[in-house]
Amino acid sequence: MSVTAIDRIAKATPPRVARKIHGLSDRTIAWIFIGPTIVLLLAVNIFPLLWTIYLSFTNFRANRPNADVEWVGLQNYQRILSNPEIWQTMQATAHFLFWTLFFQVLIGFALAWLINAKFRGSNFWTTVIVLPMMLSPAVVGNFWTFLYQPQIGVFNYVVGFFTGADPSGFSMIGDVRLAPWAIIIVDTWMWTPFVMLICLAGLRSIPDSIYEAAECDRASKWRQFWTLTVPMIMPFLMLAVLFRGIENFKMFDLVVQLTGGGPGSVTELTSINLKREAFEKWRTGFASAYAVILFVTVFGLASIYVKALNRVKQR
Amino acid sequence: MKMKTRMLAATALAGLMSGAATGAQAADLTLCWAAWDPANALIELSRDFEEQSGHRMSFEFVPWPNFADRMLNELNSGGQLCDLMIGDSQWIGLAAESGHYVQLNEFFDAEGISMDAFIPATVEGYSEWPKGTPNYWALPAFADVVGWTYRRDWFERPELQAEFREAYGRDLDVPETLAELKDIAEFFQGREIDGRTVYGAAIYTERGSEGITMGVTNVLYNYGFTYGSPDNPYDLEGYVNSPGAVEGLEFYKELYECCTPPGSSDWYMSETIDAFRSGQVALQMNFAFIWPGVDQDANVGGDRSGYFPNPAGPAGHLAQLGGQGISVVSYSQNREAALEYIKWFAQPEVQQRWWELGGFSALSAVVEADGFAESQPYAQTFLDSMAIVQDFWAEPTYAELLLSMQNRVHRYVVAGEGTAQEALDALVRDWTEVFEDDGKM
Repeated sequence: MSVTAIDRIAKATPPRVARKIHGLSDRTIAWIFIGPTIVLLLAVNIFPLLWTIYLSFTNFRANRPNADVEWVGLQNYQRILSNPEIWQTMQATAHFLFWTLFFQVLIGFALAWLINAKFRGSNFWTTVIVLPMMLSPAVVGNFWTFLYQPQIGVFNYVVGFFTGADPSGFSMIGDVRLAPWAIIIVDTWMWTPFVMLICLAGLRSIPDSIYEAAECDRASKWRQFWTLTVPMIMPFLMLAVLFRGIENFKMFDLVVQLTGGGPGSVTELTSINLKREAFEKWRTGFASAYAVILFVTVFGLASIYVKALNRVKQR
Repeated sequence: MKMKTRMLAATALAGLMSGAATGAQAADLTLCWAAWDPANALIELSRDFEEQSGHRMSFEFVPWPNFADRMLNELNSGGQLCDLMIGDSQWIGLAAESGHYVQLNEFFDAEGISMDAFIPATVEGYSEWPKGTPNYWALPAFADVVGWTYRRDWFERPELQAEFREAYGRDLDVPETLAELKDIAEFFQGREIDGRTVYGAAIYTERGSEGITMGVTNVLYNYGFTYGSPDNPYDLEGYVNSPGAVEGLEFYKELYECCTPPGSSDWYMSETIDAFRSGQVALQMNFAFIWPGVDQDANVGGDRSGYFPNPAGPAGHLAQLGGQGISVVSYSQNREAALEYIKWFAQPEVQQRWWELGGFSALSAVVEADGFAESQPYAQTFLDSMAIVQDFWAEPTYAELLLSMQNRVHRYVVAGEGTAQEALDALVRDWTEVFEDDGKM
């Protein structure tokens, strides 16, 4: 009979420890193993969440720990939900989310389709395409502010070259109409490769035999695309949208570097606004209520989305 | 043998005691400030202190856009990173009321440091809380004020002078009023000089921290804006949004739209310096701290640039106060050594050297000395500007007051949302809410 690793460990266990362990049920041992993890989760996730919910009903300010804390009930929530400027930041976030997801899925899928076609140098081009997502968002934000400079920026020069417009006649990050698009362009440039990679994984997971069968049935390429490719890649696309949606909902660094939320507040996304309330104005109670509202919103939307995703996968 | 043992023990004890004594005397002091040109001058200046005291100095400098965030977080969390803090003037209320700074009255009395020896505006601006009371939380460290830099070499070109005279009916010279300043900025906007397009003025428009507020107040003050009524500082209605204030805000927007370089929608100190040094603009709004750097600049320094105080408006002649005081952080483990630094820094000869190195001393003995006005090309402008200063709120809630103003003003001036009246009315509502929450109204 061979000696297993468990036997060796049992033999090596000191008798004093062995006596203590002896008699413990499997359930107890399981609790001993998962206990530290649960304590850690409670400490770093659950407690802060509950504490935030509590603070959201108070006027607490973290920069004045000695001041009296008053229970204000739902006042913070009322103020937030009736504040037109906060709704404006929600609108700015929704605009940013919708268009970045739209462009990233569209361009990312198109690039994946092209790369999947296997041409000479496709590996090289794949590497080139994914380079932007390897950069730090703060760095990307910083150098795009230079690219967008009306007087010296390459972006303005290129636009001027192709359209005949005066490059110094428009400011991508200084104009209220253009600034929301300026941040969408940069985010799309940076994160489309991520969507492309997920789509590429999806495309390469479709067996060739399915297309061969469709060929035998004389299905056109167009029909193959809509009835085979799109349904089979849909779960991958939805997953990409989920990842990018969550990331862009909490977008902060890139936009702060690019526009600082301006001009005015047209690019002030909810995360930037929340940070100002919490760590610049130090309205901790108010900011907690704001965070709770955002949490409920994201949690609710993500839950609905994940259900839809599961339904698509089951088809 | 016994004698030998005793001697060894005595030697060891003496060694330990001397080590302990050295440890108590030589402290590692950390001074926190913004990362800018004067900070480099302070490092140079502090070498003398290290030599004299035996203490070692370390410095924690943070760029201006993140300075308040970083340092106020440090203070609010009771951090011990900084022993000495050269904090912004507007922090004084919060720092005093929250116990972040050590009150210095007893120390000043004991060491014979008199606040009467400093420029009065800097004492009120950087040291006092509550304002107007002899409660001191800082020693005026760096006097600063918003002023203007101009391209003297362009102003002196005969062809430009002739063209300007024909267009505006007066000489192309340093403006005395804001209206004249706008004329000059308009005159230079889009003009070809030495084969390149130049622009009128680089002004503050920054959104994220304090930029546009530090810029627009230079106009608002001179058009009749006041923070509150003379009897009640929290009586805002009709003062913050007075007809004069509305006119002033409209003026700033007009100046931004007519006469600034393209893309200058988020500019503060460093961007305006860059625009001026690179020869893009004829006029530059900025704090006085940049003047030594401009004077020594290879492209625009020396006689090619001149300096003038913020011009007057229809209702007054004021300029936005900048600058900071130096305080001892109450969470410091090296309080005695930090106080020693302040005592050293307050000495007239140190203050004189501070000025020579590029620091703007607030000591009257330095700035009122014979020959001071001629000591640098910008010295007289500095003196004239310090005589007309006005500061922003220094309330404990200053950050909220500032961010509201940043938001309202930027929305109107840069984003073009609504009218000036609506922007200032909204500002009154924001500030009222802040003061109500703080129990001041």
